[in-house]
Amino acid sequence: MKIVITGNHTVSYGAKLSRAEVIAAYPITPQTEVVEKLSSMVADGQLKAKFIKVESEHSAMAACIGASAVGARSFTATSSQGLALMHEMLHWAANARLPVVMANVNRAMGPPWNVWSDQTDSLAQRDTGWLQFYCENNQEVLDTIIQAYKVCERVKLPGMVMLEAFILSHTSEPVEIPPQELVDRYLPAYNPEYKLDIKTPHTFGGLTGPGLYYELRYKIQSAMDEALDVIEDQDREFKKLFGRGYGLIEEYRTKGADRLLIVSGSISSTAKEAIDILRERGEKIGLIRIRVFRPFPKKHIKNAVKNVKRIGVIDRNISFGSEGIFYQEVKSALCNEKDSPAVYGYIAGLGGRDVIIDDFIKIADDIKETKSKQDIRWIGLKG
Amino acid sequence: MDRPKGLKYTIPQGEIMSPGHLACQGCGATLAMRYALKALGRETIVVIPACCWSIIDGPFPYSSIGVPMFHTAFETAASTASGVLAGLQIKNKHKVNVLAWAGDGGTADIGIQALSGAVERGDDFIYVCYDNEAYMNTGIQRSSSTPYGAWTTTTPGKSFKTLPKKNMVEIMVAHTIPYAATANIAYPEDFIEKLKKARDIRGPKYIQILAPCPVGWKYSSEKTIKLGRLAFETCIFPLYEVVEDRYIVKKPSSKRPVTEYLQLQGRFSHLKAEEISKMQEYVDSAWKKLLKKEEQA
Amino acid sequence: MKKSNSKKKKLTGQGAKTIEFKNHNDMPLCAVSLTDTLYNKTGSWRSIRPVVQKDKCISCLLCWKFCPEPCISMVDGKPVIDYDYCKGCAICIEVCPKGAIVSEDEKK
Repeated sequence: MKIVITGNHTVSYGAKLSRAEVIAAYPITPQTEVVEKLSSMVADGQLKAKFIKVESEHSAMAACIGASAVGARSFTATSSQGLALMHEMLHWAANARLPVVMANVNRAMGPPWNVWSDQTDSLAQRDTGWLQFYCENNQEVLDTIIQAYKVCERVKLPGMVMLEAFILSHTSEPVEIPPQELVDRYLPAYNPEYKLDIKTPHTFGGLTGPGLYYELRYKIQSAMDEALDVIEDQDREFKKLFGRGYGLIEEYRTKGADRLLIVSGSISSTAKEAIDILRERGEKIGLIRIRVFRPFPKKHIKNAVKNVKRIGVIDRNISFGSEGIFYQEVKSALCNEKDSPAVYGYIAGLGGRDVIIDDFIKIADDIKETKSKQDIRWIGLKG
Repeated sequence: MDRPKGLKYTIPQGEIMSPGHLACQGCGATLAMRYALKALGRETIVVIPACCWSIIDGPFPYSSIGVPMFHTAFETAASTASGVLAGLQIKNKHKVNVLAWAGDGGTADIGIQALSGAVERGDDFIYVCYDNEAYMNTGIQRSSSTPYGAWTTTTPGKSFKTLPKKNMVEIMVAHTIPYAATANIAYPEDFIEKLKKARDIRGPKYIQILAPCPVGWKYSSEKTIKLGRLAFETCIFPLYEVVEDRYIVKKPSSKRPVTEYLQLQGRFSHLKAEEISKMQEYVDSAWKKLLKKEEQA
Repeated sequence: MKKSNSKKKKLTGQGAKTIEFKNHNDMPLCAVSLTDTLYNKTGSWRSIRPVVQKDKCISCLLCWKFCPEPCISMVDGKPVIDYDYCKGCAICIEVCPKGAIVSEDEKK
């Protein structure tokens, strides 16, 4: 069934189709409609779940952790300041190996108050041990939430699904809502090996000295490595059942390209239009959209840029004092490669500033012409 | 002596907690847990935030507590417990007790927001604050539950705490909580009875148990029970319940002067006569107010 | 993962197990407990040894009731202290109404 819905309501449908059992969430613009829709779904019995109306995002994540520890599938959604408040518990969920799934509406961090699109909120959580998925459109949001549960419950790590403020959260798009039976076939019930159960009493997270802590961290890194394969496998299985697949990265018109743009999130759609225009002009340029940021698909990026000379990475985020965060990661993935391409970093669209087709064309020209490997460039900066 | 025919156990005989745990000698908080487990039995899941019990329980892969337990972050005892409860409810495991078990700092300071939220939501679990009146696990720093006059490492020397102890029970009562009570490790029968009563009431339940700490209160470890008894007998830490706004107060046979309680503890050793009499006045007035509340009900 | 049962059965538990991990693959995915704390013989913390004088004991159970370990068992109506775990806090000595538990210096 295809319906026209906003990104926020898509998130709610994703949680419902995944049969989330415990939802704990706190309202924040522009995520609020996720909470409202889920509340009504639970209230009118469409979704058999417990909805805990917590008093903060910190408590939301703590409650999701508690629920997940007893073996219940748990879900939350947040944005920006709310995600930042959760930070401590994001580490807790991952280190306790609990496959909580959440949607985060990418929104700028204050001050000043700004409720528009910006990825710095979720990218600042990159070291918490969560899988991170950056979506381009509402259909992908829905599908990724379902996939995230499957993957996360396999590798026993939590996962975060990103959609951008307003551009997706409040924009209505046609979205195919798959039948519940099909989702149930794809996503079995959650049944962890260790859980809080009076029949098998275990203590979780007790004092652990340097003698064993180190190995537990190695296990998380191994699970992240494993997740790369699991995401691809589960994406293939998803495609078989639902007819849609996304991969770790998406390659767009990269065949024969000697230049590439690397993007993520909703600006990818605009960038693709720019690529089409440039290709019509006969330029050998393509695009990579990074969908999965954690674990970072280094191998896939290396393969995709094999015959490329110059790359421009466009970031709607910034790590102050360094660079755009995707730019850092791409450079780091390529730094030990022989004849690796020149990589240039561009900041664009912070705080919801529009990024238009022309911007990408300028960037494409810039990476072609530039000689200096100077620091990041700011697209459309006044003055 | 003649050997008695049968031993008269006044608290359940079976032990759930195992020795070998990491508590200091004479730890009141450990006695509190031993009794709580006796009261609630094995059908209990415990949530513990950062506090002495984060350490006492023992290192991975060992645990002394004998029931399922989840260590959680400092301010999240109540919110994690809410999640555990919701998870159990959706799985139709309605007969499992959820016990949030936090120290006074985790309750009255950093965890008060999550606790207030959970109590307002009416979440059906038991919250026990074991009150040793300071941040003992980090090395005796003052909390809002530290009483007037006490030395701590952050209220040192002449800068002893000159503010009264936060009254968490009254804060819980203000939430219209169905059950709130105080308890004391020197009176395990009373504590166990209160926990059993709490278990059978639906909604949030709050019990604050005084847990003397030899290290933090600066007394010799064998005095833990004696200090517990004196805290009750001097009315410095009254034993009472609030059931649906009705106060039930346990009265000592005779009310002892606070000096008897204070003089055994190094943390009060700097107090001068006028400060002790100020404390006596404060205790007397609080005790009177409490009795009045009982009358009014 | 190596488990070893101690030869002597403990009064207070099922027998101490120790668990060692030689390889990270043997470890559970997170820090979940796999046994109790009986491996940890806290008796070594003791500087004084409480000794029960059975003839003075009236079997009132106060020592048993107030032991924080707990490491006092009632055997034939009298308390028996498990010195593998007794930390020597001396609460039992203090609460005994008959002075039936005495403090002795711990011989090293």
